[in-house]
Amino acid sequence: MNEPERLPNLPEFLWADAEPKSAYDVIIIGGGGHGLATAYYLAKNHGITNVAVLERGWLGGGNMARNTTIIRSNYLWDESAAIYEHSLKLWEGLEDDLGCEVLFSQRGVLNLAHNLGDVREAKRRVNANQLNGVDAEWLTTEEVRKLVPILNASDDVRYPVWGATFQPRAGIAKHDWVAWGYARGAHAMGVDIVQGCEVLDFVTDGNRVVGVETNRGRINAGRTALCAAGHSSGLAAKLGVRLPVQSHPLQALVSELLDQVLDTVVMSNTVHVYVSQAHKGELVMGAGIDSYIGYGQRGSFPVIEHQMAAAIELFPIFARAHVLRTWAGIVDVCPDASPIVGHLPLDNAFINCGWGTGGFKATPGVGWVYADTIAHDRPHELGEPFALTRFEHGSLIDEHGAAAVAH
Amino acid sequence: MRLSSGGDIFRDRPLTISFDGRDLGGFEGDTLASILVANGVRVCARSIYAGRPRGLMSSGSEEANVFVQVVSGAGEPMVRATEIEAYDGLVTESLASKGRLLDLPDTSRYDKRFIHVETLVVGGGRSGVAAAAEAARAGGRVLLVHDRATIARGEGVESVVGMGGLTILTRTTATGLHEHGYVVAVERRTDHLAVPPETWSRQRLWNIRANEIVLATGAHERPIAFAGNDVPGVMLAASAVDYVTRFGVRPGRRAVVFGCHDGVVDAARALAEAGVEIARVVDARPWAADEVKQGTEEGSLDVRAGVVIGTASLPDGTLSGAVIQARDGSVETVACDLLAVSGGWNPALQLLTHTGGRTRWADEAAAFVPSQRPQHVRVVGKASGEFAAALRPEPLFCVDGPGSDPADIFLDLQRDATLADLRRAVAAGMRSVEHVKRFTTISTAADQGRSSSVLTVGVLCQELGVPMTEGVTTTYRPPYTPLTFALLAGRDRGYLADPERVSPIQDWHVAHGAAFEDVGQWKRPWYFPAYDGESLHDAVARECAATRSSVGMMDASTLGKIEMYGPDVGEFLDRIYTNLMSTLAVGKVRYGVMAAVDGMVLDDGTVARLSDNRWILTTTTGNAAKVLDWLEEWLQTEWPDLDVRCTSVTEHWATVAVVGPRSREVVAAIAPGLDVSNEAFGFMEWRDAMVGDCAARVMRISFSGELAFEVNVDGWRGQALWEVIYEAGQPYGITPYGTETMHVLRAEKGYPIMGQDTDGTVIPQDLGMSWVVSKKKPDFVGKRSYSRADAAREGRKQLVGLIPSDGSSPLMEGAQLVETGVDLTRVPVPMVGHVTSAYDSVSLGSPFALALLADGANRHGEELQAVDELVGTRVRVTSPVPYDPEGARRDGN
Ligand SMILES: Cc1cc2nc3c(=O)[nH]c(=O)nc-3n(C[C@H](O)[C@H](O)[C@H](O)COP(=O)(O)OP(=O)(O)OC[C@H]3O[C@@H](n4cnc5c(N)ncnc54)[C@H](O)[C@@H]3O)c2cc1C
Repeated sequence: MNEPERLPNLPEFLWADAEPKSAYDVIIIGGGGHGLATAYYLAKNHGITNVAVLERGWLGGGNMARNTTIIRSNYLWDESAAIYEHSLKLWEGLEDDLGCEVLFSQRGVLNLAHNLGDVREAKRRVNANQLNGVDAEWLTTEEVRKLVPILNASDDVRYPVWGATFQPRAGIAKHDWVAWGYARGAHAMGVDIVQGCEVLDFVTDGNRVVGVETNRGRINAGRTALCAAGHSSGLAAKLGVRLPVQSHPLQALVSELLDQVLDTVVMSNTVHVYVSQAHKGELVMGAGIDSYIGYGQRGSFPVIEHQMAAAIELFPIFARAHVLRTWAGIVDVCPDASPIVGHLPLDNAFINCGWGTGGFKATPGVGWVYADTIAHDRPHELGEPFALTRFEHGSLIDEHGAAAVAH
Repeated sequence: MRLSSGGDIFRDRPLTISFDGRDLGGFEGDTLASILVANGVRVCARSIYAGRPRGLMSSGSEEANVFVQVVSGAGEPMVRATEIEAYDGLVTESLASKGRLLDLPDTSRYDKRFIHVETLVVGGGRSGVAAAAEAARAGGRVLLVHDRATIARGEGVESVVGMGGLTILTRTTATGLHEHGYVVAVERRTDHLAVPPETWSRQRLWNIRANEIVLATGAHERPIAFAGNDVPGVMLAASAVDYVTRFGVRPGRRAVVFGCHDGVVDAARALAEAGVEIARVVDARPWAADEVKQGTEEGSLDVRAGVVIGTASLPDGTLSGAVIQARDGSVETVACDLLAVSGGWNPALQLLTHTGGRTRWADEAAAFVPSQRPQHVRVVGKASGEFAAALRPEPLFCVDGPGSDPADIFLDLQRDATLADLRRAVAAGMRSVEHVKRFTTISTAADQGRSSSVLTVGVLCQELGVPMTEGVTTTYRPPYTPLTFALLAGRDRGYLADPERVSPIQDWHVAHGAAFEDVGQWKRPWYFPAYDGESLHDAVARECAATRSSVGMMDASTLGKIEMYGPDVGEFLDRIYTNLMSTLAVGKVRYGVMAAVDGMVLDDGTVARLSDNRWILTTTTGNAAKVLDWLEEWLQTEWPDLDVRCTSVTEHWATVAVVGPRSREVVAAIAPGLDVSNEAFGFMEWRDAMVGDCAARVMRISFSGELAFEVNVDGWRGQALWEVIYEAGQPYGITPYGTETMHVLRAEKGYPIMGQDTDGTVIPQDLGMSWVVSKKKPDFVGKRSYSRADAAREGRKQLVGLIPSDGSSPLMEGAQLVETGVDLTRVPVPMVGHVTSAYDSVSLGSPFALALLADGANRHGEELQAVDELVGTRVRVTSPVPYDPEGARRDGN
């Protein structure tokens, strides 16, 4: 039996809350992972420190606190692979960069294939990844079995495992610690972190956004950058911009702490399972997305039931484990399941949203790219394909239809 | 130690259980915990990180120390010892806050029930029983769920068993309160039985819909944190009493009782009555005074104002004394083996907060009480918090006495988290309790923070110097009690995990040795080996050759079929398909493509007009439900004015495709009354016919380029039809084939499979199917998107054919297309397309593939490399219709 070990210590100091000032060079709306990373890179890469991150609740309490922390970059399309791979490279240096632990663990991610169609798509993605310089392998059923002995990869299942794609550099991290690490870094460089500050409206001057109205008063801003994830469409609507984004509940759950049985992340789209065993020993699972639209941070129970049926189908040993806690986040989904990063059709206003079920892994990458965009008021090369205008000219980046891998 | 009398146990039914290999005696009615207490087992667990000895700190669901693995019976990785009902032969192992999964198959069954009631009462204590009785008297269906084996009874409690309209479920815990009066509960049916009846499910998940929900969930006692508060022998006061009254066991010989409300003295009295020597009662309230209180007949109670600031322990780690600081500051150690503690009560409001209910701190009750209730929810009894005020509590969460080491003051026993950890969080800048909990991991363990959650809010407020009214409890999340994965799965396991759908002709396929492929939920014949061990490759080559040269037959029953009825069907289909449908004449069939709003191909199939108002359309096998949803969504949300009904009839019809130049003879033989001549029965037409005594609808549709007929009959006559065709085809060597041959045949003709050759980024024009996109129709779903710049752009990826340049190298599906001469080792390598389908083609005499290629329509004849696993194969781009491009075979010969 492996002796449980305490998690490493967090830094002695993380950040202190600030009273909002009357004006900033840049205001970031939303203190999730993306908002915090953006603030961090604004300060670090661009020397812009007169920045406030405004968070309506507690820092990192949105999807950042609710996701299943899967990190990978094995996306199909060039544009996606480029930004996620940039992100993965940043993950690989993040603990050094931030000077604190985020428990980034490169334990590999498996995406299982259960039928001929899955195999075809999986191989297509592996080939694209390899040619894009993203580590990816196709594993046979036998190889999958060796890697994950507790997986039921026998023929005697409803949907046998035909093989899997494997990205060894992929893995998980501790979401809270990531948010706090960025908050700490940003705060140390002079960024104001303001919790309990909800942006209610925008202040505009002609076509220019010049500030925000909050529950704590008006704050002027040179540039205003949205990072509000599930609440993006509502906020953008206040600027008269109708985003092609729908917000849905997405649920996840954990078990009690268990002796280690699973060393990699296993995802199956066909059987609807996403599972890893986190550092402390709990099984962490993502459930399906609810098909209705809502902001309630509550999903429907049958989704969880379905999820458990799928889980023990693949992992019979999980049958007796317990669901300890379930929860939901509000995920912002674009029609092509790819994010929006770049300019709003107003001056000095920027948007980052639409990361849907899979934006945790992008946290460093998008923070980097978005900060650059805000600092220079022009698209970053990795963000450019994800501009809002793609919905006007139609050059979508459809990871949905093509690869159909969530998270 | 077991008392000579008392308790709800059956002393005439002794039993033996095993704990860490030791056999221990108990009685029916005991829990594992009460047996441990009865047998004097004081160290029952080790703490997770520090490895400190731990004992029972409660008698109920508050337990944070003693979780065990149950090895006997159904097996459990991690359960509270206080919630395990003992049975003879129970085998358990202690745990260090980490569960262990048994690597044995789970043979238990789990089931689900659904129930609607007017009133649901959660909790069968006094107030719950009263509420249930009242509701039942008022009429209507009432359900009372109670998590223990028996509901409250005895003096002052109405006897409700057998009351009309009232259903009582014991051993049943409501675990989630969801929207619209939806409550989920778990009934534990056999876990307490040594030999469960074989036919019983182990647990049952109740899905309850109620008009009104009464929460009579009671309250949990709150501990007080002080140095050494984790030492075995420190126990919640009410739990100590509970052991006496419920099980007739004594949790100690000599006790110090410590707390901050009136109930503490009552607890001391109850313990004294059971023969526990009460060494001291310590009252922490600021206005408490030293006094001697009436105890039992044998003696009085020595009540002192003060606090417990620490514990003393024996070498085995168990409690030997309480360190008490009196009001005047003097410190003394009082010997005891039980330190019964009560910091007040936490109303059990977890369910209330699952669906938007809120709580607020009430100073007078020293508790979080309901402040905002979800619709239809009422809170009664202890859960409302009212009783707590009567105890005149003064909140006390944590005693950081002189010389105490904050690292010895435990806030979360299960997580080994202490005041020192909380202080580190605060020093790091954490202010919100959510952050503190996440920083320290407090309240995240298997005990679900029952004892640590409110305590931590209290300690945090104390540390920050803010009043409790500014403290916020966390929103509790379902489930209230941990739920077994398998319970949630219910019967959806193994082959029931997802329903397996089969065609009405399945028995024949199985009997004839077909290999199957999963297509959505369907099992479809993939190929039919002619002899044991014939390979896929050989079988498909044989099936293709037979079909192209004579006749083959395929079960097409799984294709989605939707019957449409109404005067506006034509109009509706015009809006849904990219091409014109309303002009279709009765008796005719038309191919159609549906696009999504972004213009991308969604699905394809045929549309047949049966009469003026009746139509039938087909979808791809995997997409039938999705397409029906799609149609309904448009009808119901956008065009409710259209008079159209859609009915799924996929399973109503069996469909056999008879394919190949000899198919006409075969169909003529089975349907002698049908004129199958090309003149009488043209391509893309349908006719009614009789096959024997069976009415059939025959369509001339081809997915192979060959002359072909699709014969549709009532589903239940499918197999008979199949056999008749098989018989009639014998003179021509009719050959059954599966999906693989179908794919090859259609690929040779360049017919794309939607979802395989398309991927949500493909517009019909990319498939060389501009003809299917109407220029005349005023509007249809997707039309607007074709006017976007990207749809008209040069160089879009288009469907092409590929042949290996050497005429023989196999081509791989999923291979990426790269220009020749590009170095594959210099990433990123630009990719210009990918292989969507690849087959060995008998007709072409070489491997052949379909691919999506940038600017493909203009690149026929050029060379590329198809890269699979970083190995490039030279390929030549061809038209996607390499076989019979003129379509000469369509009408046979
Ligand atoms: C259950 C679940 C599982 C997931 N699993 C994964 C996974 O495995 N891998 C992965 O990569 N991604 C995953 N995701 C997605 C990922 O969590 C999100 O894409 C990502 O967290 C979004 O960025 P964020 O961290 O900035 O969002 P958030 O943390 O949601 O941040 C947005 C913040 O904006 C604040 N805000 C909103 N409106 C206002 C306002 N008006 N004023 C001020 N503040 C405001 C919110 O309070 C919130 O804190 C998952 C998501 C969920 C819900």
